Amino acid sequence: MVKRAVVNRRKCAYCGACVAVCNLFATELIETFLEINENCNGCGICVEVCPMGALSIMEV
Amino acid sequence: MFDVVVVGAGPAGSMAAKTCAERGLNVLLIEKRQEIGTPVRCAEGISKQSLGKFLKVDKKWIAAEVFGAKIYAPDGTEVVMAEEMAGNEVGFVLERKIFDRHLARLAAKAGAEIIVKTAFVSFERVGDKLRLKMNKMGERWEVETKILIGADGVESRVGRIAGIIKTLKKSEIESCAQYLISDIKIDESYTYFYLGKNLAPGGYAWIFPKENNCANVGIGVLPSMAKATAKEYLDKFIEKIGVKGKIVELVCGAVPVYGEITTAVTDNIMLAGDAAYHSDPITGGGIANALSAGYHAGVVAYEAVEKDNFSSSFLMKYDELWKTDFGWKLGRNKKIQEFLLKLDDDMLNNLAKSISGINIREMSVQAIITELVKRNPSLIEILRNF
Repeated sequence: MVKRAVVNRRKCAYCGACVAVCNLFATELIETFLEINENCNGCGICVEVCPMGALSIMEV
Repeated sequence: MFDVVVVGAGPAGSMAAKTCAERGLNVLLIEKRQEIGTPVRCAEGISKQSLGKFLKVDKKWIAAEVFGAKIYAPDGTEVVMAEEMAGNEVGFVLERKIFDRHLARLAAKAGAEIIVKTAFVSFERVGDKLRLKMNKMGERWEVETKILIGADGVESRVGRIAGIIKTLKKSEIESCAQYLISDIKIDESYTYFYLGKNLAPGGYAWIFPKENNCANVGIGVLPSMAKATAKEYLDKFIEKIGVKGKIVELVCGAVPVYGEITTAVTDNIMLAGDAAYHSDPITGGGIANALSAGYHAGVVAYEAVEKDNFSSSFLMKYDELWKTDFGWKLGRNKKIQEFLLKLDDDMLNNLAKSISGINIREMSVQAIITELVKRNPSLIEILRNF
């Protein structure tokens, strides 16, 4: 089990705030589609900056 | 082989591409989205002077002309800023969807090639040039260029891969949410700013009119201070001040409030606009600086190609230009922002009271600070120690 950020795409407003704060390049915004890759270490900074509350940290 | 590849067709990128193309360079402008100008991530305000600095203003871009600003302290104390001449507009609320597209078209008209739905992936150095790896509509694509201008916004991939900027910390970015509200009843000749630690921790809420009873109603909060999401603060703000109307659009975004970066260049590469954290640490305003930065980067790119010198030491001429133009203000305003963040609501109320009723005749942070210092001389010492 590892901690990873998970996105609720129905909440995501695809603004890119989470991309700007991720120094692991784990979040990538493609058009309106946010992808989170295996670089994610579950640090949670993206959760804190998301204006919509669309991100959360989960054990996957 | 391109002379210049610009990544990102926002105001900084289109301005840079236009400036290079007008001087005869072979320019490619790429935009990762399939449409330029959407989705908007902006409150759309800009001063009249800034918009007119490098462009002939076209009425089509303008959603509203504003004649002043009203700032509200947490207890409702009002500070009014307006030009001396009544009826003289000082600012615009843009329609970014139209403005950004128009600017990209101006770049195209000047001779720049534009390709949409194409994202920058990475680069490698080949001699004194760059080979760029891109993703063009789902396919790998490579081009060579002498200069790369990263105008790829707050999440700048160019800037971070090139190692020019550091990833923003949660105390260096405003998390923003905004509604376009219709059927709103406000005096449309003003923009409105609301301050308060509980209302918008580390940021502020705004109402920018867009005519026909529409307005951008938004909020920015600093994640290091906020206890909820920007959207939750926005909903609370709307309820608190009793904004009536219908939400016809939701806009989210993030704004760097970093201050002045040491350098926006490395060999072959320059950054402009939000990518270089060029937005203002107090107001969050970014369009004006993005246009200036794009212009300066374009001029220096032209000189670099002409002299066949793409080294960082040559490109540092661009640093000099943007720093002299507006960079020094970013540094100063970062210090003032850090001071403002320390104020509690009572202190904010008292400061607002000290200048309430005075008509501040110029719409700028500088003008407010000058008035505040005049009425609160002890501030000079405090600000000096920051």
